Amino acid sequence: MTPPLLDVRGVTLQYKTREHLVTATYRVDFTVRQGDRYILLGPSGCGKSTLLKAVGGYLRPTEGQILLRGQPVVRPGADRMMVFQEFDQLLPWKTVKQNVMFPLEASGRLKGKEVQERALHYIHKVNLGNFVDSYPHMLSGGMKQRVAIARGMAMEPDIILMDEPFAALDDLTRRKMQDELMQLWEETRFTVLFVTHSIPEAVRIGNRILLLSPHPGQVRAELNGLDQGSMQKEAQVALEEEIKRLLFSDQIEETGHV
Amino acid sequence: MSENAMSPEPVRDGRSNVYKTPSPIGNFGIVEKPLPLMARLWDQGWLRKLFVLIVLACLWEAYARYLNNDLLLPTFIDTCLALFDGLYSGQLPERIATSLDVLLTGYAAGIGLAALLTLIAITTRLGTDFLEVMTAMFNPLPAIALLPLALIWFGLGKMTLVFVLIHSVLWAVTLNTYSGFQSVSSTLKMVGRNYGLSHISFIMKILIPAAFPSILSGLKIGWAFAWRTLIAAELVFGVSASSGGLGWFIYESKNQLNISAVFAGLLTIIIIGLVVENLIFRAVEQRTIQRWGMQA
Repeated sequence: MTPPLLDVRGVTLQYKTREHLVTATYRVDFTVRQGDRYILLGPSGCGKSTLLKAVGGYLRPTEGQILLRGQPVVRPGADRMMVFQEFDQLLPWKTVKQNVMFPLEASGRLKGKEVQERALHYIHKVNLGNFVDSYPHMLSGGMKQRVAIARGMAMEPDIILMDEPFAALDDLTRRKMQDELMQLWEETRFTVLFVTHSIPEAVRIGNRILLLSPHPGQVRAELNGLDQGSMQKEAQVALEEEIKRLLFSDQIEETGHV
Repeated sequence: MSENAMSPEPVRDGRSNVYKTPSPIGNFGIVEKPLPLMARLWDQGWLRKLFVLIVLACLWEAYARYLNNDLLLPTFIDTCLALFDGLYSGQLPERIATSLDVLLTGYAAGIGLAALLTLIAITTRLGTDFLEVMTAMFNPLPAIALLPLALIWFGLGKMTLVFVLIHSVLWAVTLNTYSGFQSVSSTLKMVGRNYGLSHISFIMKILIPAAFPSILSGLKIGWAFAWRTLIAAELVFGVSASSGGLGWFIYESKNQLNISAVFAGLLTIIIIGLVVENLIFRAVEQRTIQRWGMQA
């Protein structure tokens, strides 16, 4: 078996608020392999976003290690492109094309004409060919998220880190974006680490799901070998029920949105 | 539930589902139609403002004629004549040039220092404290209050005015730029760090454009402060007796009881202010923060 792309070993994350030292996750282990759609799923307060930011290099684990291709992650870098939940993640002073081109140039990954070609290729891939020269404030929320995804993919990073990218969208748009993401994955087979608190979203997108329990986040279960394409509707519903049971067995059932 | 909604059969209440197709566009009377000329003209902000200006000028003229006292209030036409006279004789352009020369020197130096101070403030914590203490102390202090001191330090010359101007520009610009940097969203900062930018290019390519609305408003406030301070300082003394600026022109004209020239000087100050505000800053705004949708 090939060594994992991303190796998270016994990671404990803590951060300080004004008054407290909060433990966000406690000794979390997981590995992500090339081409995985790996989901971090859990209720709010399970530290999934904090964990993703640690993989992004924005904060250091107080215990444990995060290895990308065997190298410890110490700072943010363009080999791990982030897609955030917030719509303001695009640079408002750049057009769609410039937004996608900027990291390519800034990181020196590509030079000259190639930059533009690569950017346009991925903008067309997320179906925004008609909005190449638009500024972000002219786009809808879903379109902004597509630009962010195109920007991440254009860098062809080792792994794309998505922090609830569809959570701020309306239901119809979210469903469409999920389908489009799957379509993109079919075409390019990128590796993605995807944070969500929506069980249906996790089931629809992931091929592997890590369930985290809250306060602090600890691994509750890892569900492997899921494939949405081959799964029957009944099997999906059953899986969702199983996840609900695992996450909320000792709580009043919460309703996550679809 | 969901299957019920889809079925074409009658649902409860005896109501069945209704399906319609939108009619083709040709069936509408108007889809898009240009507005009449007057309505479009009235939509132009500058035209409406021009209208206000003309009304004000007419009122001025009417009242001055009614008053009929050149020493208190010359008519609008007399003022315009004095203005053209001053421009034609070359006296006024010379004064304007002197004023603008001092103004631009002070403004540029103030902005340069503000940039330096903000840079230090965002890179070190002690720098932040320094900036906060300094702006808290000096921002409430009107620059003109430093003029007597500046006169002692630098004597009667351009340097004194530049010193006072720097003081009037520096704190306003620094305060705005710094608060602009602070209000850059954390998401945007994380995006910038994600690209692995160096410290300098992070500031140049992420922080400065993201804070640009605040920086620009700081520059506007700084310009207004500098302009006022300059005229006030010039009223006290000319740069040198022979070639004073606009403020000195007003003061001299008053001493010669040439009141229409006083008004011409005031009008010049207003016009320069309007030109800078409406042409230069407006153009910058339209090309930047308006196009980027960053203006509330």
